Amino acid sequence: MTQLDGVVKPKTRRSKRFLQSREPKLTENVKNAMIMKGGNTSETVTKALKDIYALKKPNAVLYKKKNITRPFEDQTSLEFFSKKTDCSLFLFGSHNKKRPNNLVFGRMFDFHVLDMIELGIEKFVSLSDIKSPKCAEGTKPLLIFAGEAFDTDSEYKRLRSVFIDFFRGQTVPAVRLAGLEHVLHFTALEGKIYLRSYKVLLKKSGCRTPRIELEEIGPSFDFVLRRTHLASDDLSKTAHKLPKALKPKKKKNISHDTFGTKLGRLHMQKQNLAKLKTRKMKGLRKRRGETIQGEEEDSAKKAKVE
Amino acid sequence: MAATVEELLAKAEKDEAEKLKSIRVKKELELEFDLGNLLASDRNAVNLRDFRAQKKEDYLRALARDNTQLLVNELWKMPSERVEGVVVAKLPEPTTRLPREKPVPKPRPPTKWEQFAKLKGIQKKKKTNLVWDEAHKEWRRRWGYKRANDNTKDWLVEVPETADPDEDQFAKRAHAKRERVAKNELNRLRNIARAHKLKVPGAAAAAPSRNELARAEQVAKVSTASVGKFQERLPKEKAPRNRGKKRAFQPNIGDFSTERQQQLELLKVIASKKPRMDVTKAVNKQMREEDMEAASKKRKGAGRKGRKGGSAPRGKAKGKAKAKGQGPPAGKSRQVRKGLGKR
Repeated sequence: MTQLDGVVKPKTRRSKRFLQSREPKLTENVKNAMIMKGGNTSETVTKALKDIYALKKPNAVLYKKKNITRPFEDQTSLEFFSKKTDCSLFLFGSHNKKRPNNLVFGRMFDFHVLDMIELGIEKFVSLSDIKSPKCAEGTKPLLIFAGEAFDTDSEYKRLRSVFIDFFRGQTVPAVRLAGLEHVLHFTALEGKIYLRSYKVLLKKSGCRTPRIELEEIGPSFDFVLRRTHLASDDLSKTAHKLPKALKPKKKKNISHDTFGTKLGRLHMQKQNLAKLKTRKMKGLRKRRGETIQGEEEDSAKKAKVE
Repeated sequence: MAATVEELLAKAEKDEAEKLKSIRVKKELELEFDLGNLLASDRNAVNLRDFRAQKKEDYLRALARDNTQLLVNELWKMPSERVEGVVVAKLPEPTTRLPREKPVPKPRPPTKWEQFAKLKGIQKKKKTNLVWDEAHKEWRRRWGYKRANDNTKDWLVEVPETADPDEDQFAKRAHAKRERVAKNELNRLRNIARAHKLKVPGAAAAAPSRNELARAEQVAKVSTASVGKFQERLPKEKAPRNRGKKRAFQPNIGDFSTERQQQLELLKVIASKKPRMDVTKAVNKQMREEDMEAASKKRKGAGRKGRKGGSAPRGKAKGKAKAKGQGPPAGKSRQVRKGLGKR
């Protein structure tokens, strides 16, 4: 790759494609996540990281080595990693006496930290602990958020946004109805957040829509919200900005009245109403005898006027 | 008849209700759906009593089942089609606003040629893919592998009359082509560099100004072992002014008559009883003393009045005095003045 002032120019087609996939685009790629461990981790934390990696495969990288950094104090090493691997989501697990079984969920904008939310694991049941057939990796999960906290509290709102970003997978135009196997259910209750993962079984019901039965697979977490580092309002605004090209185009000449009917304006050329060709109504057509009488009458009338 | 019709209708309703019973879920508040993301938000308050009464897992599972049922009902309402023998539901666009991972791409800045063409109003002309090659009597591509009218593949090159007979014309052509390719590559990289410079603002290093360059050149010239004495100069460059010697002493053995004159004058001055006086210097000194006295008087008067009112008038007086040029210039000169006074 030829270098020019720190910018790498590709020499092969393959490297060119690789660089193009990393460029900023109008419609973006799926967000990749990097899952890493801190200076000291417990068994719970390592298992939890592994399970979330299994949920997020193949759009995630799991680092084996420990990284002695603290996300809430120094973000430079996180930003460096994200730039190298082109990951905009990260999950940092650590364990110490003050914050046992700690997970930090975070996301980046332009390779700088946007939001970071620290969650403590109170109870954790791993994938391997629940013996049941699991669903394939890479399935798009159904996401359900329950609890008023997710709508009222600003931190919980951000947390919901981070979870959606993390777990949603690729945006698809259509989905196979029989393939909706996985559901992730988040409940915010009494200051705790319960994450449960179920397999969806579609049972026969009388009509087309099937009846749902759930079977627990997958990791189940009981989180408690600890520290947060949320982006400032203007940074958040820049990150959420929609490019002009993607904004839905407004159709002209369409208006809706109070009843909800769609109204539009038709522009016509000037018409000579006398020479308009309307539908022929046979019954209204003038008969021969009638016309002659009519004409005589008319001419008689005219004569009088004159 | 009417009774049976009613009965039939009632029966039909009952049957339908039974059918839908299995998929109907009762909720106080409707859920919010974002089908593009396969997302549902339940705003209903969780019943804490039930939660604590039952086992937690069972309660959560029941809640999840209800919510999933509602979400699936919504999904099944979407228009579906058969793709490769599989029933597929078309999803709408996702409605939740999520942040982007990279900023919106900026359009590429126009290249040097594009700018020029826009300025001159030159339009791009569409060219045909193939060109007729007379030599091979076939259609060949305009450029690239096996192109039409390729002059590098000529087996005969006429030596023009103006050229040197010993010159290698083939080598000349190859050399010219290499130069053209290199020039093109250079321009391409320059365009890319210009495009990237806009992408990475903040690293703008302005070229040094004329003065800075001149200063740098001066310093460089003098930074030699002989302090710039033997440095070559450009044809029209001026000789550097003498920056070395700050004092020039008279030679020890010079003009005897002038030396004699100077020594005699010196003796005369020492011997004379009257002190020599420089008139201008004396007058200036006197004037300055008078000015300082006047200024100090003003300051004292203003100070006494100001002490009651505050510091502002004092400052004002000071400023005014300074502006007029009557105030004491600085502390230093006051000391100097004292020294002069002593003398």
